[in-house]
Amino acid sequence: MTQLDRRRFLAGATATAAAALAAPRAHAQKSGGTLRFVAQADLKILDPVWTTAYITRNHAYLIYDTLFGTDDKLQVRPQMVDKHSVSKDGMKYTFTLRNGLKWHDGQPVVAEDCVESLKRWMKKDRFGRLLAAHTAKIAPADRRTFTLELGERFGPVLEALGKPSSNVPFMMPARLAATSADEQVKEIVGSGPFRFSKDEWQPGNQVVYVRNPDYVPRNEAASGSAGGKKVFLDKVIWRYMPDHATAAAALAAGEVDWWEIPPLDFIPKIEQDSTLATFLPDPLGTQGWLRPNHLHPPFNNKKARQALVHMMNQETYLQAAIGVAKYYRPCHSVFACQGPYRSTAGAEGLARQNLERARQLVKESGYDGRPVTVVHVTDIALLNGAALVTRELLGSIGFNVDLKAMDWSTNLAVRAKKDPPDKGGWNIVHTWWMAADVMHPAVHFGVSGAGPGAWFGWPEIPQLEKLITDWVRASDQARRKQIADEVQKIALDEVAYVPWGEYVLPTAFRRSVGGILKFIAPLFWNVSIA
Amino acid sequence: MLAEVLRRLGATIPVMGVVAIAVFALLHVTPGDPAVIIAGDYATTDDIARIRTRLGLDQPFHAQVAIWLGRIVRGDLGTSIFSGLPVSTLIGQRAATTAWLTLFAMLISVGVGVPIGVLAAWRKGSWLDRGVMMFAVSGFSMPTFWLGFILVYVFAVTAGWLPVQGYQPLAAGLWPFLRHLILPAVTLSVVYMALIARMTRASMLGVLDEDYIRTAFAKGLAPRRVLVRHALKNASLPVVTIIGIGFALLIGGAVVTESVFALPGLGRLTVDAIVRRDYPVIQGVLLVVSGVYVLINLVVDVLYVVLDPRIRY
Repeated sequence: MTQLDRRRFLAGATATAAAALAAPRAHAQKSGGTLRFVAQADLKILDPVWTTAYITRNHAYLIYDTLFGTDDKLQVRPQMVDKHSVSKDGMKYTFTLRNGLKWHDGQPVVAEDCVESLKRWMKKDRFGRLLAAHTAKIAPADRRTFTLELGERFGPVLEALGKPSSNVPFMMPARLAATSADEQVKEIVGSGPFRFSKDEWQPGNQVVYVRNPDYVPRNEAASGSAGGKKVFLDKVIWRYMPDHATAAAALAAGEVDWWEIPPLDFIPKIEQDSTLATFLPDPLGTQGWLRPNHLHPPFNNKKARQALVHMMNQETYLQAAIGVAKYYRPCHSVFACQGPYRSTAGAEGLARQNLERARQLVKESGYDGRPVTVVHVTDIALLNGAALVTRELLGSIGFNVDLKAMDWSTNLAVRAKKDPPDKGGWNIVHTWWMAADVMHPAVHFGVSGAGPGAWFGWPEIPQLEKLITDWVRASDQARRKQIADEVQKIALDEVAYVPWGEYVLPTAFRRSVGGILKFIAPLFWNVSIA
Repeated sequence: MLAEVLRRLGATIPVMGVVAIAVFALLHVTPGDPAVIIAGDYATTDDIARIRTRLGLDQPFHAQVAIWLGRIVRGDLGTSIFSGLPVSTLIGQRAATTAWLTLFAMLISVGVGVPIGVLAAWRKGSWLDRGVMMFAVSGFSMPTFWLGFILVYVFAVTAGWLPVQGYQPLAAGLWPFLRHLILPAVTLSVVYMALIARMTRASMLGVLDEDYIRTAFAKGLAPRRVLVRHALKNASLPVVTIIGIGFALLIGGAVVTESVFALPGLGRLTVDAIVRRDYPVIQGVLLVVSGVYVLINLVVDVLYVVLDPRIRY
């Protein structure tokens, strides 16, 4: 069943991608023009280190550059860095910046800027904090060179510096990077291929970016956030359209050129229009989560949590949440199924629903019949569907369920509460994470067992924390894979969370748009408009 | 009269004060926390606590009220928690769109609603009257968002005569400005057009039975002159009241229209701020809008005196 589903999914996704993939590249790329883009959300926060919001990350890819990029095969490649070397013992990294890099205020990019930017990022980001904990010293060596000396072995240094998703280690001038990581930077000055037009920014309506004429791209083909960031557009205007029907009509009427994430029910209509095309920019997809709260009964009991694994039927969740089979796939791995750490270790229970076993575990857990509070987000279709399936399944294995309906914003506040469910807290929440954020143990919040320091749900599983440290200290890929398998086994046995499958979301654009790159975020270099 | 206007203006200050405190209190008892939204999905509880402290959200309610009121007295509406932009700047960016939309919608509502209401009353019981009443009932019943989408489909997507969405300031030229306002203003106006037509008809029916109207007709005055100069003027007090209330309702109703047509107005600013719990923006906008409501009521009261000199305050 699983193999069939995956094949069916891949066939559908490949067909969609193949049909659309050619479209963005169908015409010769010409310079100039303004691209009007409907963004997935309203850009309110401009500092990509201060927040982890995807919309801010996407904005930052236009403004800021990175030391390393990640290509469409998930390989880390130099971007601002011209060359780098590692000492024989693997404990000292030396990075030399490319010539001619300039900030948008005209100042040259120097090594000190990068050092300060990395220090700020290391205070906020999970992978960055891990790297900081293993770093003895990071300092400029000359104007274009800086060194990173490890105090303890840390294998994935380049993966950390080329991390593609939030928080991305974007480079800023040292004077701005000196801002506390808990404060927003006051100026938006990067060295990326576009400049932010602050005077034209209208939160809730539009964001405007103009080409950076001083940007010097690498002399390589663009691939993901790696390679040459050649800019063909003069201007990019992001529009925020809260109403999907309006965005669809604006795209059809040619008032906008590219719609980042149309809801799936709009896709058939878009595909019927010969002037429009769709494309899967992130085939790695997104993973759905069911997260139990480890602090309160009944899920402070391991057996009650294990019942959640045995009740899981990913196909049911995906049907309810996504609905269109070609856009989803069951994935019985805590790590992204299209990534290098995909695993079946310890996933037998997850792969085959066994309601009888789940009922037995609920009984063995000593469940006393108190209501299980499931947060029900009603204004996001996929979370709405997932919560309804959870209610049915929990009921069928013997739990009494209290479905608490609320909007997404209220859910964000509620899930941060550690109070018991009858005092405003919760037992189960649903959410999603992009595959890039569940790719390996150092970025995956779901496999953190740091207790109060873990993501909401606060599982305290010291073995996981130790294994994650072992993972970053491992220097060869085979050993890392072995540790990742072990992480998965423990995460599923302790039920840190329960994944309910993966899905992909197409983007839609007018056929006059060419050169859209595959990546987790919309990129605007390499893109042209006829 | 002038003294009365000044007295009423002075009375708006305590009203605004009560509104301000009520808005602040209501916002702080509703669930939601801007700190968790700012922190994003990967934030830990500690990250959120740090942001709450930095924003002053961990202070007691009375301390937050005092800080906010102190700023208001100094004319400072505060700064958006998210964008870091002053609330006055955000309101300034949006006010013109909502003002023009509301004004155009009201012009259309009055320009169409009053004449058809007068005609319906004059031809009471005729097909014209029934037609106007049918329009009034359906206009009042049609959801604004539905009508908006129908108009977009017909006039923008199918015919291509008008744009689907967006706003152009007057500085961009008269025609681009008008093109972008026609569909939203018509969408917003229909419900008020229907309301004004019904109210005008009902009010005119009461007046048309009066002896002085019969006398005017008996004198041989033209029907148009009797209807407009004699009947409508005396029937206009309830209509003016409805127009005043309608103006206030239009500002609220603009939220849906602004969303359907992706117009950057105050309505959408408010909704976006509510969704994110951007307290300073919500408080600032509601304070400004409540001030506008109070002023509209004042203008309506002044108009009563102009239309009927017997009224004294």
